[in-house]
Amino acid sequence: MSSPALVCRGLVKRFDDVVAVDGLDLEVAAGECFGLLGPNGAGKTTTVEIFEGLTAPTAGEVEVLGERWRGAGLALRARLGIQLQETRFPEKLRVGEILALFRSFYRRGLEPAEALARVDLGEKRRALVRTLSGGQKQRLSLACALVGDPEVLFLDEPTTGLDPSSRRQIWAIVEELKRRGRTILLTTHYMEEAERLCDRVAIVDHGKKLAAGTPAALVASLGAEHVVELETDGALDEAALAALPSVRRVRQADGLLRLTVGDAARTIPALLALLAARGVEAKRLATHQATLEDVFLALAGHTLASEEPAA
Amino acid sequence: MSGLRARLAHSPLVQLTRARTVEFLREPEAIFWVFLFPVLLAVALGVAFRNQPPQPVAVGVEAGAHADERARALAASGRVAPRILDRETASAELRAGRLALVVLDGATPTYWFDPTRPGSRLARLETDGALQRAAGRSDPLAPGELEMTEKGSRYIDFLVPGLLGMNLMGTGMWAIGFSLVQQRAGKMLKLFVAAPMRRWQLLAAQVLARFVFLALEVAILLGFAVGFLEVPFRGSLAALALVCALGALAFVALGLLVASRARTIEGVSGLMNFVMFPMWIFSGVFFSNQRFPELVQPAIQALPLTALNDALRAVLLDGLPLAALGSELAILAAWGAICFALALKLFRWM
Repeated sequence: MSSPALVCRGLVKRFDDVVAVDGLDLEVAAGECFGLLGPNGAGKTTTVEIFEGLTAPTAGEVEVLGERWRGAGLALRARLGIQLQETRFPEKLRVGEILALFRSFYRRGLEPAEALARVDLGEKRRALVRTLSGGQKQRLSLACALVGDPEVLFLDEPTTGLDPSSRRQIWAIVEELKRRGRTILLTTHYMEEAERLCDRVAIVDHGKKLAAGTPAALVASLGAEHVVELETDGALDEAALAALPSVRRVRQADGLLRLTVGDAARTIPALLALLAARGVEAKRLATHQATLEDVFLALAGHTLASEEPAA
Repeated sequence: MSGLRARLAHSPLVQLTRARTVEFLREPEAIFWVFLFPVLLAVALGVAFRNQPPQPVAVGVEAGAHADERARALAASGRVAPRILDRETASAELRAGRLALVVLDGATPTYWFDPTRPGSRLARLETDGALQRAAGRSDPLAPGELEMTEKGSRYIDFLVPGLLGMNLMGTGMWAIGFSLVQQRAGKMLKLFVAAPMRRWQLLAAQVLARFVFLALEVAILLGFAVGFLEVPFRGSLAALALVCALGALAFVALGLLVASRARTIEGVSGLMNFVMFPMWIFSGVFFSNQRFPELVQPAIQALPLTALNDALRAVLLDGLPLAALGSELAILAAWGAICFALALKLFRWM
C-alpha cells in the first residue's frame, strides 16, 4: 500500500489555558476524502491549520505527503491547495485578476480560466469580487485552492452559511475532485455533507477523536437502523423503555425521548402499549433512519448544532 | 515579446504589484485625496496668502477748519488714504485698528496714534511727509525707487514644497496601512502565507506599487505649482527625483511599521494619526519650524517630514545640489531602513 498522504500522532494544541486539540491521531490515505465532523469549537480548524503548516502544534507529530513542516515550506506548499474559513477577497479586484495572482505563486498548475471553469465561474472572470454572491465567493476561494493543481486539498467548512443550492454546487465540485484522485481533508458540522462526500469520517469533540470510519460503518456501530423520537406529557422510566423489543439505547432529554432501535416495526406497537398502560399521552412520534448525527449524539451526549450560536 | 509577457504574468512580484495598483486606481476617493486634494489646497492657500500690491495707509483727519485742505494734500501724495471724521468716531476707528493714525485739527497738526503698532509709525512718516511737502518743504534729495518682486520668497513658494512633502507622507502611510490591515482582517495575508508565496515579495510589492504613483503624484502637484502659481524650480530634476524617492521610501517603511500588527482599520487609523500629527505641526509644512524653541529643535530636525521638506525646499527654491543635502538624505535613509527592518520583524501575518 502507498504511504498515507496525511498523518498526525498525539497532536496537542494549547492556547493559553484552552486545549483546542487534545491528543489527536489521524491518518488519511492518498486519494481519500476524509472528513472531520464535529460542532463549532471542536478543534477542527486548529487541526487543519496544523496540517497546513500555519499553526505549530504544542505536541505531537505531523506529516504531510511524507514531509514535516520546516521553515516556510515553500516546496511542500506548492503541492497543497488551501481554502480557509471566511476569506475576504479584495472587493475591487476582478475574479480573473485574483486567479492570475494566485497562479503566479505556483511553478506549475492550471490556467486561471481552467480553474474558474472547474468551479463554474468561467463567466464571472471579469466581474468584481464585490458583485459576487456568497456561494460564488466560496467557489472563487475553491478556484484559488485548485489553481496550483494540488495533490492534497484542505477545505475548512466549505459550505457553512451557504444556501442549499450553493451547497450542492460545492458538493459537485468536491465530487469531481474526488474523481480526479485528489486527497481531500474537509471539516464540517453538517453530517449530511460528511455522509455524502467523505470516504471516511472522524468524529471529534473537545479536541478528541470519538470515533473514525466510513459513514456506513459508524452508523452501523450504533447496532441500529432506526431512531424513534417521542415527545410526551409525562415521564417514563428508562428501564421499562430499555426492555421494549429491539431497543438498543435510550436517551431522554428536555422532554424528548430518543430510542435507538434495530427494527422500528417491532418497537413501536410495544411502545404505544406501554404509553397506554401508564396513561401517558404521546404529543409527537417520529422515526427516521439512523445517521451520523445520531452517532455523534450517542458518542458526545449532545447534538452537532448544540455549540453553534443561535442563527 | 510574448515570452516576456508570459514571464511577467507568472512573476508573483509583478502580479502582487499589479493587484495593489489596480485596486488603488479603482478607489475614486483615493484618487481625489492623492492627486487632486493637494492641488486644491495649494490653490486655496495661495489665494488666501497671495502677495498684494502695497495699499495706501488709512488715516483719519479730524473735521474742522483745516480738514479739507489737509485731506486733499494727503490724497495727492498717493500713499495715504484720508477720511474726514469727528473726534469721537476717529477715536473708535483708531481703537479698532481701522485707522493707523488721526490728524487732529488745529493750526499746527497733531498726530494721534499708537506708537507700538508698526503700521502707525509708518503712517506717521507718510502723513508727515505729505503734509510737509504740501506746506512748501522741498527735499534736498530725490532718491529713485527700485521694487523687488522676486519669485521664490512668497508664501506660496514656501508652501508648495511643504504640501508635496505632506502628500508623500500621507499617501505612503494611508495607502499601505489600509490595504495591509484590510488584508489581515480578511485573512488574505493568511491565505498568501498558506500559498507558496515568499513573504518579502508581498512587502516589496507594496513598495513598488507606491513608486508607480509617486512620479504621477509629484508631477501633478509640481506641474501645477510651477506652471500656474509660478513657483520656482531652481534645482536639478535628478536631485528632486532622488529626494522624492528617498522620502517616499521612508514613509512606506513607516507605514509598514505602523500597520505591522493592527487587526482593525480603526486601530491602524488611530496609530497613523498619532504618528503623523506631530509632523503636520512641527515639520514646517504650513509655517517655518524655526518658530519653535531652540530646545526642541534637535527632535524636530530628526523627524522624517522635516528632513523631506527641508530637502525639497533646498532643491526647488535654493537650487542646492544633492551634495549639500547630506544630512537630510541620511535622516530619510535611516528612517526607511530602521522602520523596514522593524516591520519585517514585527509583522503579523494572520
